[in-house]
This record gives sequence, C-alpha cells and structure tokens, in this order.
Amino acid sequence: MSHSIASTDFLKNEEHAKWHDETLWMIREKRDLASQKVPEWENLRTLASSIKEHVLSNLDHLLLEFEANATKNGIQVHWAKDAQEHNQFVLDILKKQSCAQVVKSKSILTEECHLNPFLEKNGIEVIDTDLGERIVQFLHQPPSHIVLPAIHLKKRDISELFHQKLQTEKGNEDPYYLTQAARNHLREKFLKAKVAITGVNFGIAETGEFVVCTNEGNADMGVHLADVHIACMGIEKLIPRRNDLGVFLRLLARSATGQAITNYTSHFRGPEKGKQIHLILVDNGRTEQLGREKFRNSLKCIRCGACMNTCPIYRRSGGFSYQSTVPGPIGSILSPGLDLKKYSSLPFASTLCGSCTDVCPVKINIHEQLYEWRQEITKANPNYAESLSMKLASGIFKSPLAYRISGFLMRKLIINLPDSLLYNPWNVWGKGRKLPKAPQESFRNWYLNHRKDEQ
Amino acid sequence: MAQTKPHVGLFIPCYVDQFYPQVGKATLEILEKLNCNVSYPLNQTCCGQPLANSGYERDTKDACQHFLSSFLQFDFIVSPSGSCVHHVKERYPKILHDPELQSLLDSKIFELTEFLHDILSLEIQGTFSHKVGYHASCHALRGLGLSKSSEVNTAPFDKVKSLFEKVEGLEWSQLQRSDECCGFGGTFSVKEEAISLSMGKDRLTDHHEAGTEILTATDMSCLMHLQAIEDKNQSSLPVMHLAEIINQIIS
Ligand code: SF4
Repeated sequence: MSHSIASTDFLKNEEHAKWHDETLWMIREKRDLASQKVPEWENLRTLASSIKEHVLSNLDHLLLEFEANATKNGIQVHWAKDAQEHNQFVLDILKKQSCAQVVKSKSILTEECHLNPFLEKNGIEVIDTDLGERIVQFLHQPPSHIVLPAIHLKKRDISELFHQKLQTEKGNEDPYYLTQAARNHLREKFLKAKVAITGVNFGIAETGEFVVCTNEGNADMGVHLADVHIACMGIEKLIPRRNDLGVFLRLLARSATGQAITNYTSHFRGPEKGKQIHLILVDNGRTEQLGREKFRNSLKCIRCGACMNTCPIYRRSGGFSYQSTVPGPIGSILSPGLDLKKYSSLPFASTLCGSCTDVCPVKINIHEQLYEWRQEITKANPNYAESLSMKLASGIFKSPLAYRISGFLMRKLIINLPDSLLYNPWNVWGKGRKLPKAPQESFRNWYLNHRKDEQ
Repeated sequence: MAQTKPHVGLFIPCYVDQFYPQVGKATLEILEKLNCNVSYPLNQTCCGQPLANSGYERDTKDACQHFLSSFLQFDFIVSPSGSCVHHVKERYPKILHDPELQSLLDSKIFELTEFLHDILSLEIQGTFSHKVGYHASCHALRGLGLSKSSEVNTAPFDKVKSLFEKVEGLEWSQLQRSDECCGFGGTFSVKEEAISLSMGKDRLTDHHEAGTEILTATDMSCLMHLQAIEDKNQSSLPVMHLAEIINQIIS
C-alpha cells in the first residue's frame, strides 16, 4: 500500500487525526523551549554532526578499538552481518541459558530485525517492558513512533486494553491507575527473567562501554535482576571518546521530549561477578548505506524522533502509514536503502519543506536526501507513462515556442471548460480545491503589448 | 547615468505567467520604480523544478542550459518566487556538474524581496492599513534563508518583514504555527491529496483565528493552493502576492 492511500485512511477520522497532529506538535514545542535554554545549541548540533562524520569516516578501526576494549572489560562481543544472524545469536544465548521468557527494553534495532516473532516461533516469550511498547505488543502492533511507540492510541483505548489484558476497572482512564497496573504486571515478569535484552544508544570506542537511555528505568530493572544481559547495537551507534558523550546526551532528550536529560542514563562497562554481558554488533545494510555517498550521513541518526514530531506529514498520517520500522522523515531516507521497491512511495510523502533538516540534532540533510532518493527511484522503477510525460515536458521547457503553446492551451482550457469537467472525480486537484481563475492575457502578452517597444 | 542602473532580467515562473500576470506586472513595476533597468527575456521557459522534484532531474539539463543562456547576461536575475529561485540557485550547479556556477548564481539570482533587501537596501515608505497574514513559504524561508526558521536557535531576523518596518498601519498576524508548510509541494498536492488539503486547511484556520485580513507570501504557488481551498469552501480570505502589496504601497 502506498503512503498516500494509508494516509487518506488515517485522515478519515478527522477528530483523531487532529488530536494526533496537536499532540506531536506539543512535543515539538517542548523541544523548542528546552533547546532555547541552551545558548550553544547550534554549536552542539554542529559538533555532534562532525563527531558522527568522524565516526562514519573511521568506522572500521573505531569498531575494532571498541571490540578490543569491550572484550578487555569482560563483555562478549558478537558480529552480526544481518538481521538473521543477529536473531540467531540471541536465540543461541537464550538456549544456552535454558531461558523460555525474556524481558526486553526498547530497541528499534530488534524491531528492525523482527526479533520478537523470530523468538516466539522458537518457543520463547518476549515481554517488552517499556510501557508504550508493552501496550502495542498486547495489540500485536509495531510501534508507530520510535520514541513514543503508542502515540497513536488515546487514553480510552489503553484503558479498554488494560481492562481486557490486566483486568483493570472498566472505564477507568486515570493514567496513574493504569500505570500502576502495568507496573505490577511487569514487576512479576522482571523477577522471573534470567535474561534481559536492551538496545544501545551509544557505544564508546575508547572505553569499551555502552550507554542506554530510558525514562522508565525498565532497562536497568531488567538487566540488574537477570544473570545475562544481551545488548543489541547498530554499528553506527559508536562515538570515539567518553568526552563526546555529553554533546549527544544534551541533544538527545531535549530533541526527543523536551527533557533536559532522560531519567536514566545507564553506563554498562562490564558484567558483575558471575553474570554475563553479550554485545551484538549489527550491520544489516549499514555498510551498504555508508557506501552511498549521497545517503551515508543518514547513519548519523541518534533516533530522537524530533523529525517525526515536526513533520507535518507524519503528524497527519501516523507512523503506520510508512509501513517501515522507522517511520517519518528519517525512515523515508533509511528504508529505500533496504528495499527500494517496497518503500518507493516514501520519499514522495514530503513537500520538501525542510523542517526535519532544521530540527535534527545531528544536522542530517533529510529533505535533500528525500529529493535524491526520488531521482534514484525513478531510475530503478521506471513508470513509463510518467517518464514519457516528463520527457515531453523537458522537451517543452527547452523550446520557447512549444512552451508558449502549451501554457496558452492550459490557460484557455481552464477558461473554456465547463465546471463539470474541471471538477470531475478524476481531477485530483479540483476535488478539494478550485482551479485558479484564468486571466484573458498572460504576463508575456501583456508585456509585449505594453513594454516591448520601449526596449 | 543610465549605464549605472542595474540591468535586471525578470524571471516569471510558468504558472505566474499564465495565471497570475498581475504578480509579474507588480514585480516589473516595483523594479522600474526603484530605478532598475528591467528586461523580460521573451524566450524564457520553466526552470525545470517540477520535473526535478518528481525525480526526473536528469531530464532537465537542457532546460537549465536554456535558462542560463536566457539570463546570465544580466547583472541580476529577479523573480517573484522563492521556490524557483531556490531551485536554480541550489540545484543547477549540481545538475550541470559545474561547481563554479555556484558563486556566479549566488551573486546574481534573487527572490524579489531578497533583492529589495540585500541589493537595493529598501525601506518601504507609505501606508498599508491592514492586518496582513504572512505565510512563510518553505523554500524562501529555509531554502533561501530569508528569515530564521522556528526550529533553529540563532538570532531572529526576517528580511521580508524588515522591508515593511517603516510602513504605517500594517500589522502582522500572530500565528500559532509561524512557519508550518501549507502542503502544496508541487505534485505532492495531487499525489498526497488528502494530507495536502489537511495542511492547507490548518494554515487557513490559523490565519482566520489570527484575524488575517490579507494573506500574502513570497510564492504564488502556496497562495494558489490556499486560495483554491478557501474558494472551494466558499470563504474568501483575500490573497495578494507580496509584490502586489509592495507595488501598491510605493505607488
Ligand atoms: S534524523 Fe535527526 S531528528 Fe530524526 S530521529 Fe534521527 S537524529 Fe532525530
């Protein structure tokens, strides 16, 4: 399904669409306020972008440095070239621990690898412990936003869901009450889990440690209660030194939710005595993206979600309309690299307004990459009718005479055609809009009559 | 004396030529009133943006060459469209694989209000007693950098509004969302019709609530889209391109 069909559907429920737009806009406004309190904000963005530039240019030996230091700290490092290998590593570790139930805190990478269905197929129950993620998991839905996985749902939906799943009181929509119910439910799972899975926000090459940022403390709870911690990390999540971390932490939470810092910023350096930490370094198309000159800096992304909150199209179409793990503007430049055909409508789901580029804390030129993907898509998936009309147009634009004739015809057509033809259902522009009132005379004609002799 | 007047080539985008000749006239008249020597090259065509944004940039090389051969001889190229100027300025050097073209275009091609501000250092004198709603067109705002976008935390500036600082009676509408896109986006307006309409309606509501009496912008394309929605819904927020407002004040 193309993005436009899915978004048309989303907009049918006007009240919900308006609420969705306004809720995300509110988060964008919180981000504005928080970022304005940091006088050096723009310098931080530039710095973060350059640090990531350095990482992307030196990824090979930084990764080896990271591996060596992590290993020295007692972390077991695994290299996964794709989703399949990643999933298999996780399964093997779980099997070794004879573990049938695993708790997992938020990780977009494991969504990208479709880890949950894979583990479930192999008889392992996965419990997402982030509140939003648990909610969408109950509904068998993917997250609709990378920071706010259940943002498409309203309080009343969650109340109803918890009534069914957790036997809460019917109709009780009190957020505190509902959260408590979820806490009690999850606590039981935490206590039983022998293995905990987390994502990774930053890996530090210099020290071999990694950092996980959460608001609910669920990553820590899971990891500290379990004997084995599996951390899944995309290879681009690296930063060179611990000193660089402050730059990113200051940008991340402010960009994501308008908080100064996430409630929990946990550093993992090595396993406690008798416990294990496994770190899986995942490529899954990243090296390929790194090799695409025009698109490589999409790998600078720190997954703050700000480009989604600011995007007027994301706000009015919801995360599911993108049908890719990472939705919104950043998803629209990452996903075509994974499957050009499947995601071919995404780069066109944009007016190229550039708000995403201006909001991005690591200064990814998102809207320019959307434009560049359009060029790639028309080359790879030729649409003959469209490409013929474009060839015709390009012929017209280089010939002044042909150009004048076509412009003249268009204007006359609009003057003379009856409304029934102009506003028929096949005319997409005219369904919700009037056509411009065509003047009798073009500017060029007027100029010829009034100014030409003076030259 | 006549030789010292800047020689300006007037670039009138295709849709302005055919549907909004009054905007072309106003642009021409402003530049003439401000003592420019203005020529309208009769063989000009489209800058190629609609094709390029649709993913067919590679088919526009001839259009780019044609544009440059029609316009490069002037001291300046001025147009009442931020979007088309942005396309020529930001994309031509890349499309034509000619990086040296960049500095030439940077010093030559300007959106109208940018030209009035940067090159002519104009301070408009006069009266315009209306509450004006300024729609910041994205390509003029973020593309050409005519003002600070709401996302960026640098010192505020606004080249367009600063032109009007001395104008009496003019009040700007205070919008809830100062620079959200109107949803036109060229072929986006038909490819993603539902979102395009929804975005346009939201912009109009913001202007109605802010008490806008006249809606204006650097770009007629945004105004065409907004006016079209307004007309279909049988409300009638008057729309004037910035060129028409400026031309009226300085007449
Ligand atoms: S692209 Fe930029 S704004 Fe979007 S999620 Fe990544 S870091 Fe955040």
